[in-house]
Amino acid sequence: MSTQALIYLFVGVSFAIYIGIAIWSRAGSTKEFYVAGGGVHPIVNGMATAADWMSAASFISMAGLIAFMGYDGSVYLMGWTGGYVMLALLLAPYLRKFGQFTVPDFIGTRYYSKVARTVAVICLIFISFTYIAGQMRGVGIVFSRFLDVSVEVGVIIGMAIVFVYAVLGGMKGITYTQVAQYCVLIFAYMVPAIFISMLITGNPVPQLGLGSMVNDGSGMYVLQKLDSSLQAMGFGPYTDGSKSMIDVFCITAALMIGTAGLPHVIVRFFTVPKASDARKSAGWALIFIALLYTTAPAVAAFARLNFNDSVNQTAYEEAPGWFKNWEKNNLIAWVDKNGDGKMEVAKGDAFKGSPEYTAGTGASGQRLVKNEVLSDNANEVYVDKDIMVLANPEIANLPGWVIALVAAGGLAAALSTAAGLLLVISTAVSHDLLKSTFKPDISEKAELLSARVAATAAIVVAGILGIYPPGWVAQVVAFAFGLAAASLFPAIFMGIFSKKMNKEGAIAGMVTGLVFTFSYIFYFKLLADPAVNVADNWLFGISPEGIGVVGMVLNFIVAIVVAKLTAPPPAEIDALVESIRVPRGASEAHAH
Amino acid sequence: MSEQDPKGAGAGAYWKENIRLLITLMAIWFLVSFGAGILFRPFLDQFMIGGFPLGFWFAQQGSVYVFIVLIFYYAARMKSIERKYDLDD
Repeated sequence: MSTQALIYLFVGVSFAIYIGIAIWSRAGSTKEFYVAGGGVHPIVNGMATAADWMSAASFISMAGLIAFMGYDGSVYLMGWTGGYVMLALLLAPYLRKFGQFTVPDFIGTRYYSKVARTVAVICLIFISFTYIAGQMRGVGIVFSRFLDVSVEVGVIIGMAIVFVYAVLGGMKGITYTQVAQYCVLIFAYMVPAIFISMLITGNPVPQLGLGSMVNDGSGMYVLQKLDSSLQAMGFGPYTDGSKSMIDVFCITAALMIGTAGLPHVIVRFFTVPKASDARKSAGWALIFIALLYTTAPAVAAFARLNFNDSVNQTAYEEAPGWFKNWEKNNLIAWVDKNGDGKMEVAKGDAFKGSPEYTAGTGASGQRLVKNEVLSDNANEVYVDKDIMVLANPEIANLPGWVIALVAAGGLAAALSTAAGLLLVISTAVSHDLLKSTFKPDISEKAELLSARVAATAAIVVAGILGIYPPGWVAQVVAFAFGLAAASLFPAIFMGIFSKKMNKEGAIAGMVTGLVFTFSYIFYFKLLADPAVNVADNWLFGISPEGIGVVGMVLNFIVAIVVAKLTAPPPAEIDALVESIRVPRGASEAHAH
Repeated sequence: MSEQDPKGAGAGAYWKENIRLLITLMAIWFLVSFGAGILFRPFLDQFMIGGFPLGFWFAQQGSVYVFIVLIFYYAARMKSIERKYDLDD
């Protein structure tokens, strides 16, 4: 069977499974729609959380980013795992004991204020839409790359699939679909990783392979060889980054705290039966996530090593097959600056921007580009970082079914995250805005219907954002994490750990964190000229990616000062905080 | 419903014990990631474990493993503390 036929088969079968699961586990009540009935086993929930969490970016782009960032890529590895420690220890069990459906539920009740709830809803919707626009685009790109359809058609197919299982199944449907999606995506990630680790080091465990010797008889360790080959080509060493320490520190912290404040992650811990299950479930989620996150740096190093070895100083005619394949797919380009017919890899960009191909081919048969060639450096090769994962099966000479598996895995990763995000958006609209703010007497049936309508509307908006991505989408993933860290996290944290925090303090803190972080990112990422977005102009040398930490600190300071100056919270809030602090009684708390 | 009044003395002592445990574990969390992986990395990188400079290993592998252990240790310790104060769920 041809590779293309295998891809259709794998993707088709996996989609049939997702939809089958959704029909089998469709939601019949709002409780099932919002929190899957509150009876999900902690290991199952952990697996679903992992799929929810790991997006197309984690699956496809992260290893490629690390391959080119070296040590600096650690910000993603630590940042996107360390947040689960904060979740398990500081937030999840208490929110589960609190026992309602959403993050704004908690903030609105704990701070006895509709204003606080509305501020939380605004943060949540903004964070989730920023995040989902990127996901839908990811779905479209994966479809177009593997199924030979345009990105737009890809987005529409993705919307249709998500529509079926998110609108029909609600949280209950997506939980069980995500379990299946996790299995597909982790298998698809590990198989090529294991083979490529064997190929380069002879050790089948990628995590150990990264610390092993290269089996080319040189007697050098993988990282040693990578450092020396990169330095010979004019790059800095792989194991040493180029970002300043304070920036690495702040980005890592913003990603960790942002993770702990992301609504679509938090809400997953409302679905387990007990408060103690929320802790265990976060641990399981991290195990499932860590499997991919500790493999990614190994894949990154192997891919970079292999890329240097097989491309640098190689004549184009002798370039490996995957190089030409991905050139056909617009992800690789080569400009022969010195006219020697050999591809040179060095520090710097080969040309300005991403490649715009002309119809013609050059002397060696390469595709020509019309971009302005940059002559201030010797680099001749443009590589889209995504190929580091996508080309792995070909680099390791794996059969067609592995390539098909990677296609199914990338789609599973993108769809599971999109569905989780859509659900929190629809819940925020139907539960937090409609039921809790505007129309408290709405019937259960009408609320469930409105949740489905809201989910449908959210899918359409997300799809439009995916088809016509506003220029800012790629720029502002920093928004989602920075805003979650600066607005929602402190409000939830203080709501649990301080009995004195009152509504005035919490609202002032959230607004301060939100406005400060938003303005800083907006200014540097969207308003100012890219040349202004450099360390010299940043506050304390902290990039927009890491500024959420400063926003969080401001949130805490403002909240505490304002709370000292205004009336303490009423006595029933004292009792509420007392009750969420002890686990007993969590299984009854859902009945409300 | 709980037999015991959650506002009782037991709940107070339970909460204090929880906070103490949290401070210890969050300190370890900070030390392995921000400490070993970032602040002390330049120093730790002079030591090697296998083919890894130690600081680099903490940043890209070790911290994640410690995170997992921390969560499961916390879950197990809390379970026994909750049993001690008869507040488990």
